[in-house]
Amino acid sequence: MQKKEIAFNKLYKLFNLVSIFLVLISISLLIFKGLNYGVDFKGGTLIELRAKDNQINITNLRESLLNMKLGDVSVKQFGNESDYLIKFEKKNDNNPNFIQEIKEDLTKSIGPGFNFRRVENVGPKVSTELLRSGIIAILLSLAAMLFYIWIRFEWQFSLGAIVALMHDVLITLGVFSLFNLEINLSIVAAVLTIVGYSMNDTVVIFDRVRENLKKFSDIKIFNLTNISINETLSRTIITSITTLLALLSIYFLGGEILKGFSLAMILGVIFGTYSSIYIANPILVLLKVSQRTIVKEEKD
Amino acid sequence: MLYFSKIRILLISLFTLIFVYLTLSNFIKTENSWLDKKINLGLDLQGGSYLLLEIDNGPVIIQTLQNKLATIRKFFKNKNINFKNLKIENDKTIIFNIENDQIEEIKKIFEEQNSDINPYYEKFRTHQFALEILDNEFRLNLSKYGLIEIKNASLDQALEIVRRRIDEVGTNEPNILRRGNDRILVELPGLDDPMRVKKLLGKTANLTFRFVTQNSEETFGSEKLMFEDGSEEAVVSKRIILNGNNLIDAQPNMDTEVNETVVSFTLDRVGAKRFGKATTSGIGKRLAIVLDGKIISAPVIREAIVGGGGQISGGFTFQSATDLALLLRSGALPAPLNIIEERTVGPDLGQDSINAGVFALTIGFLLVIIFMFFKYKVFGIIANITLILNLFLLVGILTLFEATLTLPGIAGIILTVGMAVDANVLIFERIKEEIKSEKNQIIAFDSGYIRSKSAIIDANITTLIAAMILFFMGSGPIKGFSVTLGVGIFTTLFSVYFIARLLTSIYVVKNKNKENLI
Repeated sequence: MQKKEIAFNKLYKLFNLVSIFLVLISISLLIFKGLNYGVDFKGGTLIELRAKDNQINITNLRESLLNMKLGDVSVKQFGNESDYLIKFEKKNDNNPNFIQEIKEDLTKSIGPGFNFRRVENVGPKVSTELLRSGIIAILLSLAAMLFYIWIRFEWQFSLGAIVALMHDVLITLGVFSLFNLEINLSIVAAVLTIVGYSMNDTVVIFDRVRENLKKFSDIKIFNLTNISINETLSRTIITSITTLLALLSIYFLGGEILKGFSLAMILGVIFGTYSSIYIANPILVLLKVSQRTIVKEEKD
Repeated sequence: MLYFSKIRILLISLFTLIFVYLTLSNFIKTENSWLDKKINLGLDLQGGSYLLLEIDNGPVIIQTLQNKLATIRKFFKNKNINFKNLKIENDKTIIFNIENDQIEEIKKIFEEQNSDINPYYEKFRTHQFALEILDNEFRLNLSKYGLIEIKNASLDQALEIVRRRIDEVGTNEPNILRRGNDRILVELPGLDDPMRVKKLLGKTANLTFRFVTQNSEETFGSEKLMFEDGSEEAVVSKRIILNGNNLIDAQPNMDTEVNETVVSFTLDRVGAKRFGKATTSGIGKRLAIVLDGKIISAPVIREAIVGGGGQISGGFTFQSATDLALLLRSGALPAPLNIIEERTVGPDLGQDSINAGVFALTIGFLLVIIFMFFKYKVFGIIANITLILNLFLLVGILTLFEATLTLPGIAGIILTVGMAVDANVLIFERIKEEIKSEKNQIIAFDSGYIRSKSAIIDANITTLIAAMILFFMGSGPIKGFSVTLGVGIFTTLFSVYFIARLLTSIYVVKNKNKENLI
């Protein structure tokens, strides 16, 4: 039973326009709205508080914290009804008793019915370093992928894969900017994993394109990419589904701390699958890849 | 591709069994010590504190310059060299003027390899100070390596003091490491309130005993210092009678006469002698006990203290007396330490994270297994057995190396589960394609394995590259993620190419006459 071939290539142009549009929106969001950096990258103090006393609510918590005159403070519910996340902007005073003083002041105003489950305090110097090393890590991984694909395939493939990767990373960050979701260290880890996953997906299709290029000399790259996408389609779908199943279970069951991380990964897997088909392949078409491109490689 | 020799089957089974055993050993108490390994839980899972300290070397550098200045002055005086305007400029440059006819001679003294006054570091091929001469003015700046030497020495010393202080507090299995040449990383598992440790590390604990003076024209000079409680201030001589180095012990004590907690100390031989002399000649004077630039107390000396010990009172509680005694016993830091990063997780949050992580892992795993079974039936079962063994291999390897498992690390395992089936899917789909053009099913299976290989290798190497970059750039919990993701790639490849292929070959060879095997 021969499966019917889906004409992905008919929609190359349309989806390229959609992607260009989305990337442009993402870039302008990143430039004009920026990202919501967490304490890892902005510096400051984060406290996860659990209330054991049901008199404690977000209003009186916020009020007592504001009364301490510690500058910009944000309080929000964190998953569970009795859990709150408190964030202070950095005051550069290096007071080692900072947390202790907050605890004592809070006890005075709302009573002792709470505990600090997690405290993170990141100085301005460290946060700048963490941000820098995060950006370097992402750029380094893109460069490493570019280089690897260049060695294993040809530069046209390498370019196609990298453009697809940047597309995925930019749009994922764009979504985070749009919804004001927090960027912390684990998001950087997620972005790097997206780079790995998206690459993974692209490589499988490229591998088939290369194989088909050797096999058929008479089929134009425009149709050849479509054949290759179709031949690998069931694998693409199955792997995306199993990966998404795993990620969705982290998102819904893995606790609050992993929410942002798994969301970034879910977005990345969706965009990564899409871009392998609609970004990486059209670029091969655009660059007029033909049998000669890889035959030259064989001769070398 | 489908043929396996008996010896290979045996090796694969043995290898797999070892890791299954290692994985299980995490959950079962064993008496067997040579294989009694366990995965370490990261601070985010077991609770604990992570502190990053940065040493403020400013005072150490100024001290080094001042010592050098004194050495140079003495040297010139001994050699009868005329010098003028010897001073430190901007806290970083030693400058002095020399008469024109001596410039060459002095230059040689500072630049020869066995110079006493400007040591030469053989391994860096550079002097401690870089010399610059403008007309007859000499300018000495610490060279790059001179600075590094100072920083390294002060960090080594600080590391030792930090270690002693934390050992005295008695937390279990602290991890104290140097980071670069001005930072110290402290990990304190199980400690959910690092307040006391932070307080202890925040003090330099520089203790001196000096006389309170009335007249400010003492030869050594004097300075005005505040009392610790901020109540008053006193003029204190800069002449140091004793410092913390002379102490060999310090303990908190109850002084029953005045009913107050005090810190009693024991002095070494040199210290006892000096203390005896000073207290003999200074009866009636006030002796200030100064800690980190603040006066703890300044009692009047009533009688000579020659016994080589004494006590410090200063309105202590038992806790503060204990802490002061601890600080005095462990010695002074060469320079102040600042806490530039702190992360603390309470043990209940850690346990919640473990529970949520394990729950998510179980559900994610079941979903993937059910999906694979419905999609591939018999081969789904093969893929699922492979996946389970893959998980055992992964956890087994982490156990073997006693790796640290973090919450993102658990996420890495779940992600590995999701992505590990990819290799099997690639192979199965390829086999399905091959069967369309190949009548002999065994040959189709064989070429399915061979032809899918390059895609599988490339796909996994790209993920491995990402994991490696994360490992080298990331810290703490994120490193844990990169470890599980990276190790997961190797176990996936092993389980797919050995375990799954073995199971496939057994099934296919047995059922080779059946139609539509896959």
